[in-house]
Amino acid sequence: MKKVELLNVSKTYDKKTEVISNINVTIEPGEFFVLVGPSGCGKSTMLRMIAGLEDITGGILRIGEKEANHLPPSKRDISMVFQNYALYPHLTVMENIVFGLHVKKIPKLERKTRCNDVAAMLGLSEYLNRKPRELSGGQRQRVALARAIVNEAPICLMDEPLSNLDAKLRAHMRSEIRQIQRRLGITMIYVTHDQVEAMTMGDRIMILHDGKIQQIGKPIDIYNHPANPFVATFIGSPPMNIAEGVMNEMQSEILIADICKIKIPDEDSRLLQTKQVLVGIRPEHIKAASKETSHESRMVVEAINVEILGNETIFSFKVGGHEWMAKWNGQWRLQVGDRIPIQMKYESICLFDRKTNERIKAPTDIENFILDKEVFL
Amino acid sequence: MSFPKKIVFYFLLLFSAFLLFFPVMYAFMISFMTGGEIMQGKFFPQTFTFDNYFRVFERLPLMKYLINSFVVSAGVMIGQLIVCSMAAYAFVFISFKGRDFIFFLFISTMMIPWEATMIPNFFTIQKLDWTNTYQGLTVPFFALAFGTFLLRQHFKTIPKELFEASQIAGLSRFAFFWRVILPVSKTSLVTLGAYGFLTTWNMYLWPLLVTNNDQVRTVQIGLKQLQSQEVATEWGVVMAGVIVVIIPTLLLLFIGQKQLQKGLTQGALK
Repeated sequence: MKKVELLNVSKTYDKKTEVISNINVTIEPGEFFVLVGPSGCGKSTMLRMIAGLEDITGGILRIGEKEANHLPPSKRDISMVFQNYALYPHLTVMENIVFGLHVKKIPKLERKTRCNDVAAMLGLSEYLNRKPRELSGGQRQRVALARAIVNEAPICLMDEPLSNLDAKLRAHMRSEIRQIQRRLGITMIYVTHDQVEAMTMGDRIMILHDGKIQQIGKPIDIYNHPANPFVATFIGSPPMNIAEGVMNEMQSEILIADICKIKIPDEDSRLLQTKQVLVGIRPEHIKAASKETSHESRMVVEAINVEILGNETIFSFKVGGHEWMAKWNGQWRLQVGDRIPIQMKYESICLFDRKTNERIKAPTDIENFILDKEVFL
Repeated sequence: MSFPKKIVFYFLLLFSAFLLFFPVMYAFMISFMTGGEIMQGKFFPQTFTFDNYFRVFERLPLMKYLINSFVVSAGVMIGQLIVCSMAAYAFVFISFKGRDFIFFLFISTMMIPWEATMIPNFFTIQKLDWTNTYQGLTVPFFALAFGTFLLRQHFKTIPKELFEASQIAGLSRFAFFWRVILPVSKTSLVTLGAYGFLTTWNMYLWPLLVTNNDQVRTVQIGLKQLQSQEVATEWGVVMAGVIVVIIPTLLLLFIGQKQLQKGLTQGALK
């Protein structure tokens, strides 16, 4: 189990524009670390730099305690799973699994026992003599996984390993990969564009955008305290709703997209100094207005799309040119075109400075917050 | 397909097959005829005699020629496979400055007719004192632009991730070439091998230039010798020689076809 440390790492292809810049992160031993971001944000490039498949043009990469900038991939104590699995088509499953061991001159008997152990762990024992093309997508994925863990490398890198699987299998493999990682205690660096994978698998996640770190932290902390509007809209499904807001110092309230006003309590009056803000609210924090709702914070919207999913209902509506979504529990018999009264609480909203994109207020609404184990009887 | 349409198609197929195969069939028949029968312009011989076959082996050291041809063809085939596969590997998996430029330069040599390079090649062989040797017959054909192109195109279809995975596993470049690329590209290698063997087997001009005794002379020149040795060519003997010469080619085709089909079904990557 080794740690991986990146100090001021950057990458440029043409010596002018940096595709990755200023990356500082320490990935702890035994940690499941997820790199997530939209396509083209540089997450795969970063992983390939750690693997040694791409040169590092600036900064220092440390694996364990050693500087690894110029080590060849085979000397970095890593294994890797590729998006298309990269299985050798002419070798059987067994030969594929032990391929790396063969190169490392591990005795034949040990190769066999290790291969059998890993195959049993992943349920591949029956397929050891098949060729990759005779396997289904999920089985190939397992072979790729088996090949990565059989050489007992302390660090495992994965580049979108689940993106070729169907939704059901993906959910299954997600928990399987997580369990294997826990059991073996390996340091895992996992690249994905899917925020669900990032949320469910990672001990910590790093969100990348345009080659820059947006935020690093535990998934739930990032969900509750997004550092900027990009993170807020990237993590969470449906994404956080965002609209422009203007502070009114006289009335001490926020005017959201000229249609809704929210009072700012006195203890947060310092927020009024930022005039131009972005207001964000999670879809599940938008509630139906009740009789007690004051006239000002009440808002009547017209549903433009309704999705009833059985356990929850998602409907969308327009707020100042943005399409917003609200997610309510249960089945609501809503129709497109219905006028729905909703309310937004001050505690649930998230505010960002429109100039610097920094967060100035996170939601504090306790009813939507983490439940601890004390609630169990 | 309706029945009359079927008949028309089969008739057309039979007819074109007959047209294509007629010269070979006729040569085969002539090889069993006596001189008189050939003059009469018959298609089927009266009796199948093997006289012509005995005579062709008496008149020429045909066995020696066949062995020579086999050695030269196999030599060129192996040489081409080694040189072309290595060149193609470098052009695909090793990145160096000006790689594409060098590749296109290499490919552009396909536009130069082989005959144009014959004279300089001949001088080189002569200076090396390689006339009447196997190396003189084989070495000039090792570097084949077409073969490099063919293999490069195939290597390019191999996912780059295989190379990266083997890098992480710690394979050297040559080990990757030997243990992954060659087995995966079996199909193209068989195709190129068959192509190289057959072209060399049927080569006439170059062996004629660099050989002047029976030592390494190939079989195609032997056939020509049969024609010109006498005033009136004994066509029966010549055709017997021709049949003997095409037998290995046909054998290669049959064996190779089986391998090729196997390769095609096994080599599927996805």
